[in-house]
Amino acid sequence: MTNLTKLTIAGALNGLSKGEFTAEELTEAHIKATEAKRALNAFITETPDMARDQAKESDARRQAGKAGALDGIPLGIKDLFCTKGVLTSAASHILDGFTPQYESTVTANLKAAGAVSLGKLNLDEFAMGSSNLTSYYGGAVNPWTKTSDPSAKLVPGGSSGGSAAAVAARMVMGATGTDTGGSIRQPAAFCGITGIKPTYGRCSRWGVVAFASSLDQPGPMARTVEDCALLLGAMAGHDPKDSTSAPVAVPNFAAALTGDIRGLKVGIPQEYRPDGLNAEVSQAWEQGIQWLKDAGATPVEISLPHTKYALPVYYIVAPAEASSNLARYDGVRFGLRVPGTSLDDMYKKTRAAGFGKEVRRRIMIGTYVLSAGYYDAYYAKAQKVRRLIAEDFTKAFQTVDVILTPTAPSAAFGMTETTDDPVTMWLNDVFTIPTSLAGLPGLSLPVGLNSDGLPLGLQLIGRPFDEETLFKVAGVMETAASFTAVPEGV
Amino acid sequence: MSLDKGTVRAIAELARIDVPEDELDHLAGELSGILTFVEHLSEVNTDGIAPMNSVADLGLPMRADIVTDGNQAEAVLANAPDAMDGFFTVPKVVE
Repeated sequence: MTNLTKLTIAGALNGLSKGEFTAEELTEAHIKATEAKRALNAFITETPDMARDQAKESDARRQAGKAGALDGIPLGIKDLFCTKGVLTSAASHILDGFTPQYESTVTANLKAAGAVSLGKLNLDEFAMGSSNLTSYYGGAVNPWTKTSDPSAKLVPGGSSGGSAAAVAARMVMGATGTDTGGSIRQPAAFCGITGIKPTYGRCSRWGVVAFASSLDQPGPMARTVEDCALLLGAMAGHDPKDSTSAPVAVPNFAAALTGDIRGLKVGIPQEYRPDGLNAEVSQAWEQGIQWLKDAGATPVEISLPHTKYALPVYYIVAPAEASSNLARYDGVRFGLRVPGTSLDDMYKKTRAAGFGKEVRRRIMIGTYVLSAGYYDAYYAKAQKVRRLIAEDFTKAFQTVDVILTPTAPSAAFGMTETTDDPVTMWLNDVFTIPTSLAGLPGLSLPVGLNSDGLPLGLQLIGRPFDEETLFKVAGVMETAASFTAVPEGV
Repeated sequence: MSLDKGTVRAIAELARIDVPEDELDHLAGELSGILTFVEHLSEVNTDGIAPMNSVADLGLPMRADIVTDGNQAEAVLANAPDAMDGFFTVPKVVE
């Protein structure tokens, strides 16, 4: 039999429909891969028995001619999605033992499409981080290694680091991620896979542990553009339980992969080429522009003048929203409780013990910028500049159809190379945060390896609810890049 | 913006997070660094710009004012660290 873990989702669906293998066989192959690669720490909770049951049911549905759009496809779920009866930790100590009594809309949609879940994937605590190192369960490890130093462990990026590592290491065929400031796109770039943050409102946030509600958006991560299109088609859709979920129809995303981008205008923002941009990242970007030219598209220099303010805006808005959202972790209703002499004392001890350093820091910044006397100077100011950033994109999309930029300013870095300076760490998301603030869809795809053997990604940014153009352009770039490299041991 | 120890203590109190006295100085330094970083925004002219609360120009949807769910006390309490007789419990708050 072919190596089932090397198939794409589209390829596996084809094989399943032809009866070349069963969902049980496909699932078993991935359970084995998951067990063999535990050193990557990609999973927080493995659910192999549940997966076997789901696979068996999937085979029965297929036999009965009732197979769904993703029937029998083994996936991993970022441990930020509530899953009924399965520990949901947000990679935080404060959610110890939390077993949701309900299923998030996105994972319920995937189940309804027949997907099999292999378990819950590692992430930065409450999705706050760009390295996966803030996880209470320890960092997930990038399956890729440097040719110059193969023994050095690299981060998979974050916050959806476990998702990216598991997809890249062929433990799962695809995974859910969530993206607040780059948490799908940056780990996808670091691990040589494809991921899309859809337009804000495309996927329901109901049942997703909240970080920054005006920015959070679930999305898929997989090894091909088409696979991401298939996954998003199943995940997306209007949900009355999320008041910010958009009442728009879900198109057939995979049908957008026509390969024809002739006449398309591609914006190249000058502000994404700062002094000192990594030369190999810059080269990959130039190469990407050339591929699109060769396919008949026209690059257009554009300006997004408020780009440099995106990071400061983000680090006011996101912590402010986080400080409100995370107020619910009080030791009363779920998770960890540390006894105290009074109610306040219990709150304070529980939250001090339950939240990690980065989360505590962000809650405190958020608390400060929302506090009396500082609200206007920080929070209201940031919301105003956020509008200017969004308007930059609106203006640009009057002349271009899509924007091409690097996804991250570097390739994956070492797990021990990280700095204690939070601001330096945040610079990882400098190219992805503006898109998040504007609520636009952004897709990252791998375009090549750097001189040290590590994947580099490029980002495509689209108009609101125009994921189809992103998939179409990404499909053309994917063909041109023919990225077939795999990490060692895969 | 440079935060002093007292301000950090007050923020920690508002956030209901215990911060040991000997960590206040370090935290003051970190938080001050972050505030200095975000203060670049003051150079942007935002006169007449409305704050952006949401990227969706949808307005909040309305629904019929009817009961859609309920009678789930057991499920609601299932994850409570110390539920009792159908209630959440907290340390004594009334003397």
